[in-house]
Amino acid sequence: MAANASLLPNSVHDPFSNYAFTDAYDEMFAAPGRPRPHYQKLYRRMLQQSADELQRSKQQADISFLNQGITFTVYGREEGTERIFPHDLLPRVISGAEWDVIERGLKQRVQALNLFLRDVYHERRIIKDGIIPGELLYTCSQFRRHMRGIKIPRDIYVSICGTDLIRTPDGNFVVLEDNLRVPSGVSYMLTGRRVMKEIFPRLFHQCGVRPIEHYSQALLATLRSLTPDGRAHPRIVLLTPGIYNSAYFEHAYLARQMGIELVEGRDLLVHDNVVYVRTTSGLQRVDVIYRRVDDDFLDPLTFRQDSALGAAGLFNAYRAGNVVLANAVGTGVADDKAVYAYVPAIIRYYLGEDPVLNNVETFLMTNETERAHVCGNLHRYVVKAVGESGGYGMLVGPHSTREQQDEFRKRILADPRNYIAQPTLALSTAPCFTDDGRIEPRHIDLRPYVLYGADEITVVPGGLTRVALRKGSLVVNSSQGGGSKDTWVLYQ
Amino acid sequence: MLSRVADSLYWMSRYLERADHNARVLESNYNSLLNPAKESRVSRWNSITRSLGLDSDLSNNDAPWSLLSFIAQPGNRSSILGSIASARENASQVREQISSEMWERLNRLYHEVTATSTRAEFGSEPIRFLSLFREGAYAFHGVTESTIPHGEAWHFIQLGKYIERADGICAVLDASYSSPEDADDLDWIGLLTSCSALDAFRKVHTASLKAECVIEFLLLDPDFPHTVRYSIERVQYALSAIASLTLTRHSRRIERMIGTLRSSLAYVQIEEVMARDLHSYLIRIREQCKALHRAVHEVYIDYPPEAVLEN
Repeated sequence: MAANASLLPNSVHDPFSNYAFTDAYDEMFAAPGRPRPHYQKLYRRMLQQSADELQRSKQQADISFLNQGITFTVYGREEGTERIFPHDLLPRVISGAEWDVIERGLKQRVQALNLFLRDVYHERRIIKDGIIPGELLYTCSQFRRHMRGIKIPRDIYVSICGTDLIRTPDGNFVVLEDNLRVPSGVSYMLTGRRVMKEIFPRLFHQCGVRPIEHYSQALLATLRSLTPDGRAHPRIVLLTPGIYNSAYFEHAYLARQMGIELVEGRDLLVHDNVVYVRTTSGLQRVDVIYRRVDDDFLDPLTFRQDSALGAAGLFNAYRAGNVVLANAVGTGVADDKAVYAYVPAIIRYYLGEDPVLNNVETFLMTNETERAHVCGNLHRYVVKAVGESGGYGMLVGPHSTREQQDEFRKRILADPRNYIAQPTLALSTAPCFTDDGRIEPRHIDLRPYVLYGADEITVVPGGLTRVALRKGSLVVNSSQGGGSKDTWVLYQ
Repeated sequence: MLSRVADSLYWMSRYLERADHNARVLESNYNSLLNPAKESRVSRWNSITRSLGLDSDLSNNDAPWSLLSFIAQPGNRSSILGSIASARENASQVREQISSEMWERLNRLYHEVTATSTRAEFGSEPIRFLSLFREGAYAFHGVTESTIPHGEAWHFIQLGKYIERADGICAVLDASYSSPEDADDLDWIGLLTSCSALDAFRKVHTASLKAECVIEFLLLDPDFPHTVRYSIERVQYALSAIASLTLTRHSRRIERMIGTLRSSLAYVQIEEVMARDLHSYLIRIREQCKALHRAVHEVYIDYPPEAVLEN
């Protein structure tokens, strides 16, 4: 396509000449050559810059990421598993008006899900009222019967949440998935922003981008607001599985940003239902644990006995109210992919409001008619295992072989509760800088981070925009060839 | 500071000092071994390598080969490669607590040493390898000195380094002095070189190498960094800093132990030591170092929770 002639300085090559449009919503262009208003400044800047200059910027950004040690670990490969997180040079821009809708929707959703979790582990009104089948909850692998009747401080189950949004061809944002257990990626949001400000300082300034740098302070304030009563000077720690965990970089980064101790299970000790951390100055009482360890591994006495990542007796101390875990135990029941289908109903039930952000149409394989329909048309659907994340255990119908489809059909029929199907969605596209120095559209999603404290709900304006860096690919997960982009939410 | 972190810093430092010490001792003794063979020298080489924890049942003439295996003996934690690997492993556990420069230095040292040890020409020039390693170790010490705050973490690093050094010097002294009647100047030069002390010694005692002077210097000199007395004084400094930073009441036992050791080194006369028995004197210092290590572990790292909770 040709760029708007009036914007083109003489004799400059148009970097958008290969920009191929698809059915998907494009974040930058309303139509070929016509960028949306909030993308105008970025567009002009791209036209003014030569391919060489862009290439140099890209190298500069790479070095900056490298120096900051921004890496992640990939499982399932033997050698050299630590990699620099792939990133794209061009920011993704969201207008102020669009963001306001997103923010409202996210707050509504996290409120409803917290009420839902409280209900599930106490009165179970929502089951009794027939809104959601009890069987669906009790068969969920993330349902924790140990949590029944346990009082959670201020009834906040999910205080840190990362919700995956996508934009459909009609331009609306919809929720693809809630991550209510130990959502990750926020360190890439923060470090990516730092790099972008180094690379495009003037553009950044001209665009009027809302800041995200206060995330760590907001996170600390959220954790502090959960402190058990009577503990005036709470000790807050971040519990990591250790240096071999794929997100270890993020754990260390956040602990440092917040100025709190980064601990492993072996640093903790539980005595008389009180949790202590072992220091050179003796045992110090712990009040709040931002845990980045899954439920199953928290306490070998209560959950998996073979776990060395938690601390023996931790769950009892938690139940006694002597320590707070963020997020609470058992929140996974609300981000189960089958329960997800009921979230709009959950919002209506608890809040009496219509959802601001809609769901993606979802077929439950436990439903006979829906199962038969999906199994007959697997090439048109995306099938997901309900308990998996990170893009594992997934079939992307249109990109799959007949053998893969047969394999998934067998799996679905063997264990219908474990699968859901969604129509193949055209994730929106945004301009990305390719290895060969051109700008081409790639599919993206958006993961904003919501903090739910006792005093307020904070949604830091931005989030992690994940990119499927491979041409045409719809899989944005970093473990599957995805990368990230900085997300610029404008004041305007 | 987390006990686990303190422990890792301490061991990172100890292992690095061990590698450094072993490299120096091997290098200088290998050099004297290159001179025309003398029965006593071979047995000295054997007793010295044994004192480094390097198991050798090798006969006389294959010293170069055995040197290689000491540097990079697979599976031997006491080989230089093994010590560096252990130092790096400990550092990686506490990567956020040390400066990025320190981590980079240590990491680079590890990779250089590993890469060199698998190269073919390594076999013909083991000495070059040793000096490469020592340069890397010096750089690490320099970076450590100037890139982290000299607070608790730094004191644990110093503690590990100097407790290992005091122990190492005692061990090499003991092994070198096992048969003093056979020793000649070359042997004493070898011993001083293995503590980087030849130049410093000459400045104090001139080049006349009397056995007693050499022993006195390495044992009791208060100013040179590679002597037992100097190391023990640094250990005491680190321990009292740690005690005052952590405010642990249980540190009194440690204070007493290090105080006893330090004053015995400060006031003893070399004639007394030699008149009794150097060997048993060195053994006693080493035992005191070991007891000190255990006490530090019990007070700061792996204390029984009851001891703390009762108060």
